[in-house]
Amino acid sequence: MAETHERRTDYGPPHYEQFLPPIIKENYGKWKYHEIIKGGVMVHVSESGAKLYTVRAASGRLISVDKIRIYCDLADKYCGGHLRFTSRHNVEFLITDEKNIDPIIADLAALGHPVGGIGKSITSIVHTQGWVHCHSAATDASGIVKAVMDDLIEYFTEEKLPAKLRIALACCLNMCGAVHCSDIAILGIHTHAPVTNHSMLKKQCEIPSVVASCPTNAIRPATVDGHQSVEVIEENCMFCANCFTVCPSMPLNDPKTDGISIWVGGKVSNARHEPMFSKLAIPFLPNNPPRWPEVTIAIRKLVELWAANARPYERMGEWIERIGWPKFFKMSGIPFEKTHIDDFKHAGLTFKRSTHLTF
Amino acid sequence: MADTLPKTPMLDELETGAWPSFVKEIKTAAKRSPMSRDLLGQLEQSYREGIGHWKHGGIVGVMGYGGGVIGRYSDLPEEWPGVSHFHTMRINQPAGWYYTSEALRQICDIWEKRGSGMTNMHGSTGDIILLGTTTDQLEPIFDDLQKINFDIGGSGSDVRTPSCCLGQSRCEWACYDTMALTHDLTMTYQDEMHRPPFPYKFKFKMSGCPNDCVASIARADLSIIGTWRDDIQMDQAAVKEYIDGGLDVVNDVIVNCPGKCMRLDGDKLSIDNEFCVRCMHCINVMPKALRPGKDRGATILLGSKAPIVEGALLSSVMIPFMKMEAPYEDLKELVEAIWDIWGDEGKNRERVGEFIQRVGMGNFLEAIGLEPTPEMVAHPRENPYVFYGEDEGE
Repeated sequence: MAETHERRTDYGPPHYEQFLPPIIKENYGKWKYHEIIKGGVMVHVSESGAKLYTVRAASGRLISVDKIRIYCDLADKYCGGHLRFTSRHNVEFLITDEKNIDPIIADLAALGHPVGGIGKSITSIVHTQGWVHCHSAATDASGIVKAVMDDLIEYFTEEKLPAKLRIALACCLNMCGAVHCSDIAILGIHTHAPVTNHSMLKKQCEIPSVVASCPTNAIRPATVDGHQSVEVIEENCMFCANCFTVCPSMPLNDPKTDGISIWVGGKVSNARHEPMFSKLAIPFLPNNPPRWPEVTIAIRKLVELWAANARPYERMGEWIERIGWPKFFKMSGIPFEKTHIDDFKHAGLTFKRSTHLTF
Repeated sequence: MADTLPKTPMLDELETGAWPSFVKEIKTAAKRSPMSRDLLGQLEQSYREGIGHWKHGGIVGVMGYGGGVIGRYSDLPEEWPGVSHFHTMRINQPAGWYYTSEALRQICDIWEKRGSGMTNMHGSTGDIILLGTTTDQLEPIFDDLQKINFDIGGSGSDVRTPSCCLGQSRCEWACYDTMALTHDLTMTYQDEMHRPPFPYKFKFKMSGCPNDCVASIARADLSIIGTWRDDIQMDQAAVKEYIDGGLDVVNDVIVNCPGKCMRLDGDKLSIDNEFCVRCMHCINVMPKALRPGKDRGATILLGSKAPIVEGALLSSVMIPFMKMEAPYEDLKELVEAIWDIWGDEGKNRERVGEFIQRVGMGNFLEAIGLEPTPEMVAHPRENPYVFYGEDEGE
């Protein structure tokens, strides 16, 4: 095929301005306030008096080009051909004529895309690739998200929680996405040490890099069955899979022992309490596809425990901090185990260093 | 064609329920694409066996670029030949994730022709993810992308595709133009984005206010978070409207103020702005009555990351307040000073936050020529193991 144009590089993304609807160009930087009208619908009001309505719809993140084209048709029909996406995989339609709100919601519902995720609700779960595309996944991502959100759909479409609740999922400790600072984090975990392929390791991997990759210094060079390789001191391994990332001869994936851990109480917003990491709540749940019932039940319990007990605007982590972790474990019925106590760097900073206790 | 789809009894169970079904999406693409058909088949096998079937990525890409394509190969190429090569392309999204239907359709046409027809809108980093193609299609896809002015994003040890909240385009709280800065940094650092120069990845994320809607403080090496220096703008009449509308200002707003700097006397709200920590809570609850001040800019924080390798970090304050106006020279000077020292001294796969932990924040600040300020710490050191220099303690 003959080239008809010069090959370019480093021209970068298209400038966003060409994609902005006229109302946004006219009111850029002039927005005055906003109000949430109903589940998944808000209005922004400009200094000029202009009103812009946003309709936010759920998406499974993993979408076909056919679905994108359907989004485009909706944008053409209701929004002058403009649309946008959010940082948590939702699609947003920006509407200037209030009369178009209910028709687009109806069209989205007919397509199987509920509207919601604004204000005191659960918005879409930020998640990773899982078994769909990832080499180090300890679980699937899309399937768990689907199962959890099918179950929690009422909290997406309606605003009936004390505050917003952010759920995120990562299929391994790499945590692609801000899982480690979420109200509820679902994290795929391995629970046994890598099974080293000694005959292949020298061919596939750099031994010094493999040794250096281990956060707990559990890997050292060794000659095994005449092969230059490494040995893993298993009691020092905490299954992070970092060695596998640099060395394909050290797989950890194992259907019998891979599973899910649940972490709670993180946030990124600076509102009220400073940002916080998520903390371990449930050390291990089994992988049970296609609907992961143990995970969905555990998450619903956590959501509803928080919803029943938190004060208005109190995020999951703020609520737990107020009542204390002993109360959280008691109220949630989650058994407290050795794995809940940190033993990595600076673990001492996480010990209880006062007599501020509830009984 | 649908009758040629592999049997997927487990995945079929994920076609029911209220949430949009990714299985339906893969099946839709599979009607046309043998790649998506085998993706479906291999995924069913993963569901049946409880294990993934992807091998480590190989090094694949387009000519002249060292990042932006994630090589992926099935470990079951005989069973599922359609996904024996199944590479991902990261396409640099326009700032704020705004599109026209025309632009999106052009991307769809390319991807239907040359890839699996499956996408992520969007990946966690912010790129458009085109999920699954073969090595021989990478260059033709890039050629097609050039015609519609979409470029490839970052991956590996480079500047990762910068991303931002929608900022001033639709939000009254944005304290600087996040989309303008994001586009500017993306264009300025094209070389660093496409040809990995660093010990490891470097992420920029721009949030317009301390609510931090792109989670910048948790997952960006450089977190640029909008803030203001002067007083919160207040409309007392609107405060009264909220009170008349039933808002419990004392319990829902004042009690939650971390700076303890608010009072309500009758219908009159007062804020002692000297002690306001810019947390956004009162503004979030009463957007009609309270707004960020007029002297706006950003706090610059550095070093956040997820756990791998040495543990998760949140970004910490470098510059408490910086005006954010083009051409952003002060910011770029800081960025390049950071890259100089980390690029020279950082170890392989050591993020800048981990590097600072290793060498010490004080030494790092000296290296980049930044004076220590009390805003940089939650509190001063508690331990007395101080490395006094030669001129101290005299």
